[in-house]
Amino acid sequence: MLTITPAARAEAEALFAALRDTGALPVEADILQPAETLLDLYGEDIRARAYVTQDPLRGEMVLRPDFTVPVVQAHMANGADPARYTYMGPVFRKQDHLGPRASEYLQVGYEVFDRNAPEADAEVFALFARLLAPLNLRALTGDIGILLAAIEGLSTTPRRKAALRRHVWRPHRFRALLDRFAGRAPLPEARLRLLDHLRSDSAEALMQAAGPQIGLRSAAEIISRTQALLEDAATAPIAAPEAALLYDLLGLAAPADAALAHLRGIQPLMPAIAPAVDRFEARLAALRAHGIDTATLPFEASHGRTTLEYYDGFVFSFHQGEPLTGGALAADDLPAVASGGRYDALTAILGAGRSIPAVGGIIRPALVAQMKGLPA
Amino acid sequence: MSLKIGVPSKGRLMEKTFDWFGARGVAMRQTGAEREYSGAVDGIAGVELVMLSAGEIPRELAAGRIHLGVTGSDLVRDKLADWNTQVAELAPLGFGHADLIIAVPAAWIDVDTLDDLDAAASAFRAAHGFRLRIATKYHRLVRDFLTRNGIADYQLVDSQGATEGTVKNLTAEAIADITSTGETLRANHLKILSDSTVHRSQATLFLARAADWPPAERAVLAALATQLGLTPPAL
Repeated sequence: MLTITPAARAEAEALFAALRDTGALPVEADILQPAETLLDLYGEDIRARAYVTQDPLRGEMVLRPDFTVPVVQAHMANGADPARYTYMGPVFRKQDHLGPRASEYLQVGYEVFDRNAPEADAEVFALFARLLAPLNLRALTGDIGILLAAIEGLSTTPRRKAALRRHVWRPHRFRALLDRFAGRAPLPEARLRLLDHLRSDSAEALMQAAGPQIGLRSAAEIISRTQALLEDAATAPIAAPEAALLYDLLGLAAPADAALAHLRGIQPLMPAIAPAVDRFEARLAALRAHGIDTATLPFEASHGRTTLEYYDGFVFSFHQGEPLTGGALAADDLPAVASGGRYDALTAILGAGRSIPAVGGIIRPALVAQMKGLPA
Repeated sequence: MSLKIGVPSKGRLMEKTFDWFGARGVAMRQTGAEREYSGAVDGIAGVELVMLSAGEIPRELAAGRIHLGVTGSDLVRDKLADWNTQVAELAPLGFGHADLIIAVPAAWIDVDTLDDLDAAASAFRAAHGFRLRIATKYHRLVRDFLTRNGIADYQLVDSQGATEGTVKNLTAEAIADITSTGETLRANHLKILSDSTVHRSQATLFLARAADWPPAERAVLAALATQLGLTPPAL
């Protein structure tokens, strides 16, 4: 059986042509990419699914797991400002479970590098909505930026905020951290014991008693973390109403206009989210100008929290079938027909100091063909 | 045709497997010279013994080249994608116990739980410019476990042996390996994270769903199961 069928390729060509017709510049990306930069940007989960191979001259290489990183790199090297790109080609991800998910499939994508962020967000979403309209898909939107702003606004230490920010993409751990920082979950026994020992003895002495210094993680790093633990133990818990607001925000799922009204309602209690909510409002206005009905457009504050770590603002996806309960999509659910989002932080990392706001998304032509009843 | 049963070809695992079957009236023995990998089964008709490396038994089960096989539950879970759709667990055999755990240097007084490991990994990546390395040969089990627990900023590096030495040799910062007594860990100045039991393994009798199961083999399986006091799964 073919991995990429003629029907899927025909669908990809049609979508690629439609995207070029909007004026986007077609770009190529090598299938073989240097592994190091690429894999460092993904979590271990995607890393584990990457096909890595050894090249005698170029070192460790990887079959591209997506186009975004090479497209950003090409843009950073010699792109115009603003710029719009489109691409088409296979991507490769090992699948760990028996089932319908392909390990090689076509992606057609569109990436926009433009400093007018709300307008660019709306443009990408509206374009995808138009291209996919005949399929009657279910759209879902979110905004990681609002969550990040809410974390930034918590009245707690920078270290605790950084820990929460780092785990915004891992809901289970995020919840455990927030429970602990809010004083709702007790410290583990061993931590209490360690804190006790640290108050009566030096970290150096405790380390010496525990065992010889082996490995790359130095004594200074260990001591520095023990100091952080002592400081953290002396930190007041995040106030219950403040934590409750954050839990409330994480669970927010409503049509976009209603979600905006809700956010404006809690904004006086969480002033830090105001700029992010302003951006949300501007995006909704831009979406309406593109003909999207924001009174019915589904919005979930937690949407996108279980996908790629590089999204940090607007996120969206288009799905077949019924809405899933509980918001976030599980890894083994049907893949989205299309998905995308804003990834400003990624351009900052790849641009070595220079950054440009960027938003984009991909469509899986095989799923489009399948939904049209073609052999995909 | 006969029902093929794969058993470990040497060492204590082989002896204990023979003991387990022997105690239930199925006598397995090596035939030929002491180091020759061939065997025979007495006490039941139609069963053929296949002597294999324990590490290869999961693959042979998945391919359906053997009908039954004895190997560690850790190996089956690690080597087979969606293991329980490919094989069925017939019986835990009560020996070959070992826990797959995560261990770090004992000198890491600030790390006792997965939570600590995660925080240490974050700081380590910031300080050293690469992800904290965990040496293991159990990639699937360890990755699934760490993902389930929301650990970030680590990478798995492959270690097929002497894994406890990787930290001292500066090729990893932590390890994930099986241990029964913890002695090798202690000798290498490592300690087990308190909440890091990835899997409690033991020797287990598995059935290959992908093997050929014509009536004759089914009849042998039924007879063998009765003899061993087991209920075989629906095929």
